[in-house]
Amino acid sequence: MSDRKDMELIADLVPRGSRVLDLGCGNGEFLAHLRAHRQCTGYGVEIDDANVLACAQRGVNVVQLNLEEGLALFEDQSFDVVLQLDTLQHLRNTEKMLRETARVGRIGIVSFPNFAHWRNRVQVAAGRMPVTRVLPYQWYDTPNIRVGTYADFEVLARKDGLRILDAFGIQDGVAIHRWPNLRASVAVFRFDRG
Amino acid sequence: MHFAAPLTLRSGASLRDYTIVYETYGTLNAARSNAVLVCHALNASHHVAGTYAGADGVATKGSEGWWDNLVGPGKPLDTNRFFVIGVNNPGSCFGSTGPMHTNPDTGRPYGADFPVVTVEDWVDVQARLFDALGIRELAAVLGGSLGGMQALSWSLRYPDRLRHCIAVATAPNLSAQNIAFNEVARRAIVTDPEFHDGHYYAHGTLPRRGLRVARMIGHITYLSDDAMEAKFGREMRNGTLAYSTQAIEFEIESYLRHQGDKFSEYFDANTYLLITRALDYFDPARDFGGDLTAAFAPARAKFLLVSFTTDWRFSPQRSREIVKALVDHRRDVSYAEIDAPHGHDAFLLDDPRYHALLRAYFDNVAKESAAS
Repeated sequence: MSDRKDMELIADLVPRGSRVLDLGCGNGEFLAHLRAHRQCTGYGVEIDDANVLACAQRGVNVVQLNLEEGLALFEDQSFDVVLQLDTLQHLRNTEKMLRETARVGRIGIVSFPNFAHWRNRVQVAAGRMPVTRVLPYQWYDTPNIRVGTYADFEVLARKDGLRILDAFGIQDGVAIHRWPNLRASVAVFRFDRG
Repeated sequence: MHFAAPLTLRSGASLRDYTIVYETYGTLNAARSNAVLVCHALNASHHVAGTYAGADGVATKGSEGWWDNLVGPGKPLDTNRFFVIGVNNPGSCFGSTGPMHTNPDTGRPYGADFPVVTVEDWVDVQARLFDALGIRELAAVLGGSLGGMQALSWSLRYPDRLRHCIAVATAPNLSAQNIAFNEVARRAIVTDPEFHDGHYYAHGTLPRRGLRVARMIGHITYLSDDAMEAKFGREMRNGTLAYSTQAIEFEIESYLRHQGDKFSEYFDANTYLLITRALDYFDPARDFGGDLTAAFAPARAKFLLVSFTTDWRFSPQRSREIVKALVDHRRDVSYAEIDAPHGHDAFLLDDPRYHALLRAYFDNVAKESAAS
């Protein structure tokens, strides 16, 4: 989630002064942004050594953990917001992680590449797996082990009893509210336990 | 530094008229805000970094401090920016008052009568030293293993006297397995005929055999299975089997005996007993019915915890318990799990990921110290 405008669109969903847990926080850029601009506190969780170091250099609290092992470190409803930005598609236990997100946070926010974006559809229709800015990998070397669509997430959220509070797509740094499943390469959902 | 006022220990006993030796590196700034205490573990001392010059003024080979790869000018804990202090804990055998010194009550060496000291007692002594040096607040307290326990204890006993607590390869208490290793080591020493109930100084002997075995067992636990396999494997001393149960056949035997011999020449047996006991006793949750979160309520510092994946003596799981207690209290904490192959010893080695992380962390501490 390097794009600054994407970052700001998602940051707008985080209430000021929130206590935040950022799962798969990368280099800590987003947490640093929330701390500087929205007076948030909290922690990032990251598995990658280079990202943990980048967080330490930024002075962002980071806990090195494998998300596949769950969030036993964190108590129920102990964070105002739990973020899973561009993370969900890398996890084997996508559904378990979503439930954990809802357990630990009062609000969950996820973003992920929307496979149903029209550009992807065109490439699949032409018989090839899509390679785009948001999905830049070849099918054989992608770290994205879960590909889903905006519409798929709505179904999963319903299945797990999550209440969707906000949902939109992002395309070229702009929020997409009309036909996001077709028009947006990134899907964003804000939800709670209902 | 000499202290005439008695220090009451956790056991209820007191230590009177004691001396604490320490070393410093770098310069205390005018605001007195850049002091970092480095706490030593079982067999180390106040000599954290640098070398000692011989009579010819040249650095003596092998005199490097025990954490010289981390602490020094331009190093991750940069003594150009920080005023670093190493303190030898009482009960140890590197200059501070210990069992080999004269008991003022009897006029004879303490020996086994040296009072049992705890991590908390050491921290209290260190705090007294800083009182005497006119340093009220430390930028950070850093330690690994038993040193990490001291850093944690600082954050609980003197929460307003340190800004950062950096605890590496440590645990909130020892597991039964860990206490078991310590007990084997202690029995090896105590059952050595030269031990003389701890008063071997008076007999002009040293329980070297016991100390050797104690060190050998300890050393095994500081290494990972893989590291030992990589370093020694089944390598033989000589190409052929001697069919002897006593001779050194495998290189690992040779290595352990060498480590044991070396250790028994410079380390004190009573100190080994005392320090392993301090390890066993450390358990801040004990006064809270085992609730570590409750124990960490007083902590105010910012924390960095580091563990090593192959460290089976102070495993990552034990560090995560500490992280959890801190997260429960919404304290600032970062935690890194370094995938290093060396086992517990990794905390003393210069793994680049580990050192880069400490460098980054201390950089931020330095910026804060300069700003304050």
